[in-house]
Amino acid sequence: MKRAVSALVLTGLGVVAGLAEAKEKVAIPDPAASWNQLWHHVLLDLFIIGIIFLAAGLYWVWKYRATRPNQIGEGPQLTKLGAIGFAVVPAFLFMADDFFLAAKGWTVWNEYRNVPRNAMEVKVTGSMWSWNFEYDNGVSTTFMVDSKEGEGLVVPVGKPVVLRMTSTDVVHSFFLPDYRVKEDLMPGRVTYLWFNPIKEGETLATCAEYCGNRHAFMWTKVKVVSQADFDTWLAKQKQGA
Amino acid sequence: MSTASSGFKLGEWIFTTDHKRIGILYLIGSIAAFAVAGIMALLIRIEQAAPGPTIVSDAFTGGDQYNVWLYFHGAAMILGFLIPGLTGFAANYLLPLMIGAKDVAFPRINALSVWLFWAGIVVALLTFIVPDKPDVMWTGYPPYSVTTAGNTALYVFTVHLMGFSSILAAVNFLVTIIYMRAPGMGWNQLNMFVWSCFTALIIQLIFVPVLAAAVTLLLFDRYLGTHFFDPANGGDVLLYQNLFWFYSHPAVYVIFLPAMGIFYEIFATMAKNPIFNYKAAVYGGMCCIVLISGEVWVHHLYYSGMPDWLRIGQMVTTLLISVPVGLMTISLFGTLYKGAITFNIPMYYGTASLYLLLIGGLTGIPLAMTVMSVHLGETSFTHAHFHFIMGIFATFSVFAAVDFWFPKITGKMLNPAQGKLGFWLNFIGVNITFWPLFIIGVEGMPRRYWDYSQFPSHFAGYHKVATLGAIIVAIGMILTISNWIISAIKGEKAPDNPWGSNSLEWTHTATPPGPGNFPAPVTVDATWTPYSYKR
Ligand code: HEM
Ligand SMILES: [Cu+2]
Ligand SMILES: [Cu+2]
Repeated sequence: MKRAVSALVLTGLGVVAGLAEAKEKVAIPDPAASWNQLWHHVLLDLFIIGIIFLAAGLYWVWKYRATRPNQIGEGPQLTKLGAIGFAVVPAFLFMADDFFLAAKGWTVWNEYRNVPRNAMEVKVTGSMWSWNFEYDNGVSTTFMVDSKEGEGLVVPVGKPVVLRMTSTDVVHSFFLPDYRVKEDLMPGRVTYLWFNPIKEGETLATCAEYCGNRHAFMWTKVKVVSQADFDTWLAKQKQGA
Repeated sequence: MSTASSGFKLGEWIFTTDHKRIGILYLIGSIAAFAVAGIMALLIRIEQAAPGPTIVSDAFTGGDQYNVWLYFHGAAMILGFLIPGLTGFAANYLLPLMIGAKDVAFPRINALSVWLFWAGIVVALLTFIVPDKPDVMWTGYPPYSVTTAGNTALYVFTVHLMGFSSILAAVNFLVTIIYMRAPGMGWNQLNMFVWSCFTALIIQLIFVPVLAAAVTLLLFDRYLGTHFFDPANGGDVLLYQNLFWFYSHPAVYVIFLPAMGIFYEIFATMAKNPIFNYKAAVYGGMCCIVLISGEVWVHHLYYSGMPDWLRIGQMVTTLLISVPVGLMTISLFGTLYKGAITFNIPMYYGTASLYLLLIGGLTGIPLAMTVMSVHLGETSFTHAHFHFIMGIFATFSVFAAVDFWFPKITGKMLNPAQGKLGFWLNFIGVNITFWPLFIIGVEGMPRRYWDYSQFPSHFAGYHKVATLGAIIVAIGMILTISNWIISAIKGEKAPDNPWGSNSLEWTHTATPPGPGNFPAPVTVDATWTPYSYKR
């Protein structure tokens, strides 16, 4: 009997593990969606802590206002046990929340840093004042910050994109607000980020590290197009070059 | 004003070695820095009220003007106002009085500290005179600070002067607290403010030299052709950022701790209560912060290309800061429990601080989480977060300190009506200013942008509201500061101990205290604490 149960449990685990693995193979995570979900969890967490403290504070401020002149407070002198209790119990509650948030944050962080194997790579170079994008087949396009001339970052829909980034002069940062991600670019190092363009359309990438007098203008377009359109676009760029 | 018996003599003030006068000199300097930096804040906010040039001359040079305002605002608020306002003014004036000492351990070094501070203010103000105005922001990141046409040397020298001043002050006060406490005064009988300064100054002493080193290397790179931060010649850009934040994160505790210390004093006095769980707040809170403060700097570099394991490791240490801060917060709130609270101007600021501490502290939690900060960092969400905790909570602590100890310092009472009106304008104004910035920050509004035409048009509405709030704050500040000046000259005479406090600076000295502080040497017995109100 015991054996049967453990065999059952083991197969059960095996099936679950297998399913999980299979799922991993097909589904590419959407870090932006995970970010949004985590944000809602965190907001709820903050809201609960905030309400508890704020309610206590406001209630006490109102309840314990002095009613006669020269009144003395009756705040408790804690016993040794009370003092230790009021330190250790909250400390563990805070720690529990910290580790809970850290664990949740780490899970999503892993999505952010593990680049899917089928990701398309684009090299990004930031400069005062342009953004340059270089594709696998050697196509390189530049977006001029002042004139706003250039293609921007063009990618096919449904395919994860990994950006390998560096800078020719000062520190810049490639910030994709709609994909909930940014990473700095600097001379002498190559940094990366990846995002998952699940929807066609045009969004924004904008510089998020102070880089001088055009910092506020240092943005470019991110165009997500169908695979067919992307192929045509890439071929056209290749001819043009 | 305070100790002078023979009328006002400028020379006496400049060459004074009396900690109370030195404290007042710090106060005047830091309020001056606050005022100029505040005007910069108004210019910045008015510029941001609408996309496109508002008060800057045109789109092409607009950045140059705006960046100088922003540089000065950030640098002056932190280096010229908050740090000297708390560890300069408040610590100088109060520490010796609270521990029953005649003065600090090294009064002449103390004078040197305040001169260096004033020199720092003057060098910072040169920003508006030199043709190549500094535009490196208060963070001064290379390579930009090395390649810009702006004057990086002014930034570096301001940091040097302020830093040297704080190192001297830290040594001086630590020695004072350790060796000059009144006979009989044990460590568990110290005022919370004394403890908060003690811990803040330890942090100051350890970390300021690192900042001084970082900006000195920057100076060498810029003017002597070295390559510490230049990757093309074997240097490293990230080295500076690591050194800078290795100091500048702990620096927020140099501000946060004394700010909390001030509110503890106000709460205990106004509620006539002992500090709730004193030892947990001191040892579990303040001392713990000293221990953790040096292990969290990478939370400013979550998207700077640091190794992934370090980003995760310091996410954990950063989140754990919530434990000591939480214990201090519980102790602060708990001090009100079963109290007998009197409401006056200092207590208005005190009550507001409960809320400000919560908003500022809680919005720090997502920023402590690596993955959250990869979106929220460098946006106006971050901007609103640090304004709630530094720009408002800590600033209010300086204001509350001036209001609370005003009778002690000047012998006069403030005009309560004007003080309360000023408070309400300040409090309402800051909320109108910074809440909209939280909202558009989550939507992606970056900080340090004077133009934002690339973003959805509704951002402009939020920015307009924020600017309106800043104007309300400006009026509140003018009321508050003019109240100090007018009341110092012709306010009502203050009683010796107007708040009925049990702390030495109120019970054992004249108001204002004379030279040498105490008419007779102070001794305390083992049952004395600054908070033991007689039942
Ligand atoms: C209520 C009055 C204040 C207003 C309206 C205000 C407004 C601003 C604005 C608009 C910015 C620039 C945002 C940007 O371009 O991204 C800024 C930056 C900043 N403010 Fe304030 N501020 C105020 C008070 C303070 C105080 C009291 C401090 C003291 C710590 C402070 C510290 C800073 C710092 C450190 C920065 C960042 C500068 C930088 O980006 O290098 N502010 N403030
Ligand atoms: Cu930039
Ligand atoms: Cu920090």
